[in-house]
Amino acid sequence: MVYDYAQFPDARGHFGAYGGRFVAETLMEPLRQLEEAYARLKDDPAFRAELDRDYAHYVGRPSPLYHCERLTRAWGGAQVWLKREDLNHTGAHKINNTIGQALLAKHLGKTRIIAETGAGQHGVASATIAARLGLKCVVYMGVDDVERQSPNVYRMKLLGAEVVPVTSGTRTLKDALNEALRDWVTNVDDTFYVIGTVAGPHPYPMLVRDFNSIVGRELIGQSREQIGRLPDALVACVGGGSNAIGMFHPLLQYPEVAMYGVEAGGDGIETGRHAAPLSAGQPGVLHGNRTYVMADDDGQIIGTHSISAGLDYPGVGPEHAWLKDIGRVHYVSATDAETMEAFYELTRREGIIPALESSHAVAYAKKLAPTLGSDRHIVINLSGRGDKDIFTIAKREGISLT
Amino acid sequence: MSRLQKQLADLKAQGRRALIPFITGGDPAPAHTVGLMHALVAGGADVIELGMPFSDPMADGPTIQLACERALAAGTNVSKLLELVREFRRSNQSTPVVLMGYLNPIEHRGVAKFAEQARDAGVDGVLIVDLAVEETPEFAPLFRQAGLDMIFLLAPTSSEARIRAVAAVGSGYLYYVSLKGVTGAATLDVAGVAHKLAEIRQYTALPLAVGFGIRDAASAAAVGQVADGVVVGSALVSEIEKHAATPEVLPALLTAKLGAIRKALDELSV
Repeated sequence: MVYDYAQFPDARGHFGAYGGRFVAETLMEPLRQLEEAYARLKDDPAFRAELDRDYAHYVGRPSPLYHCERLTRAWGGAQVWLKREDLNHTGAHKINNTIGQALLAKHLGKTRIIAETGAGQHGVASATIAARLGLKCVVYMGVDDVERQSPNVYRMKLLGAEVVPVTSGTRTLKDALNEALRDWVTNVDDTFYVIGTVAGPHPYPMLVRDFNSIVGRELIGQSREQIGRLPDALVACVGGGSNAIGMFHPLLQYPEVAMYGVEAGGDGIETGRHAAPLSAGQPGVLHGNRTYVMADDDGQIIGTHSISAGLDYPGVGPEHAWLKDIGRVHYVSATDAETMEAFYELTRREGIIPALESSHAVAYAKKLAPTLGSDRHIVINLSGRGDKDIFTIAKREGISLT
Repeated sequence: MSRLQKQLADLKAQGRRALIPFITGGDPAPAHTVGLMHALVAGGADVIELGMPFSDPMADGPTIQLACERALAAGTNVSKLLELVREFRRSNQSTPVVLMGYLNPIEHRGVAKFAEQARDAGVDGVLIVDLAVEETPEFAPLFRQAGLDMIFLLAPTSSEARIRAVAAVGSGYLYYVSLKGVTGAATLDVAGVAHKLAEIRQYTALPLAVGFGIRDAASAAAVGQVADGVVVGSALVSEIEKHAATPEVLPALLTAKLGAIRKALDELSV
């Protein structure tokens, strides 16, 4: 079946059976207002111009498409390329989205933004844009993540944001999201909730995708220029899935481009200690949308495990759930061990220290490349840089940096 | 007419306000729930809202989140919860029970199966916090076929269009959330509630219960002036939290706490 991917989500915010708007009544009207404001602004020339100016001069876009010659030789197969989102201001793809949402907040007259964060990249990106636009910023973060991502916590504080450690539930990203929703429902008059991924209630999965799609749009032009055609395969890590959808979406309409979303395999899918709802979960409802979730026999959401805080989430964006079901994107996983190996390999062969999240994509590309000929081209979305992870890595190596 | 509809119609005919306590099922452990439900009836409950514990209760405040965590840690699940209602029904056939929870555990079990099992256990209605009326077309007929009332929330932010949509699908009563916030919040603006209830009554004849922020006789009496019923939740659940280690004292405590609210509401009547 051929889909017109631009027609999704439908008017009710559904991607096939997924998506929608599953929130308490208080938020329904604010979500409708947001949907209306976005529909009005997204094609507004002044809004677009402001966004494009920020992408160019504040974020530093376009991000380069980089050919990894040494990695390609070492892996012995397809040509390996990186889409360098790690070079964006604040060090990850997250800023593509926070700039867009903060501009929406400004146009809606909101004076305060809130955000949830796992690895801290989205929190930093939100705090950054809040500082620039003069908005008050509160970031919710699970206490376990506060501990393993301490450099980012400090960056947020430097930028003037308040970081609220969340102690409920599993004390990670999902609980930070619950807490942010509670804040929003209480302060809905002056507050804009800047969701960090393509999940949550409609219209968030759509607008976060649209703001991140700059990645895929740039890639189309860059690959035609540097490769001479579109790539054969795209590989991106998937937690909530915003960097992946941003790269995939503009290319979904080209059936010759294969796509791989790489979930966090943790200790291995078979151990149950992972964060891979598309690989080993089932459809359910969490955080305002229907999607694949990790739940127990009673439908309770279960704890996840991943070496990377940014992928440690039991749900996934609803568009990914749909793309899985229709077979357009292949969802696979990489374990913590494979991810670490890929982290070192990219660092030492190319002099690029990747985020642990992005290292999952590198790990899968390492398996994929040797299965393809040297005339084929793989593009990995290098969604973030690894500086924030050096304490985690050092700890695993038994080294103390303080 | 369902047991819930009849109960609320009878109260209205008598000029009385419905008192609707909420506790989380299985909190602090499943063994105590039936006793606590009877204690609520002894304290004057007209309808019991029984929370179905969920791991991610995003519309609830810390008090009920902790209640969910206690209940789940004590082994509560959907099957167990339905068993508890069945046990309650053996000695009480008159007090309607509404299950209040989140969609995922219900959908995980299968909505049709859940609706039938709930009805068979003696449940009268369901309030699914994260199921907005827009997402109900597939679900509403399944609950209706099982003879269960679907109770929906309305909020200070609800527009006229939403009030109409909710009134068209909801039955039993409508639950008006008194404030922008989560359960257990402190502030209650009675004038604001009165104003919004008057607006809602333009579009529906369903009884209107008000919850969020009602913690004692005074706040219940104030809301009772304008509402058909009051929901008391976090104020009871925080008693359970305080005495979770000595649950044997809870039935008398809850009866007394609710009894004081009952008395204040009945003084409004006549």
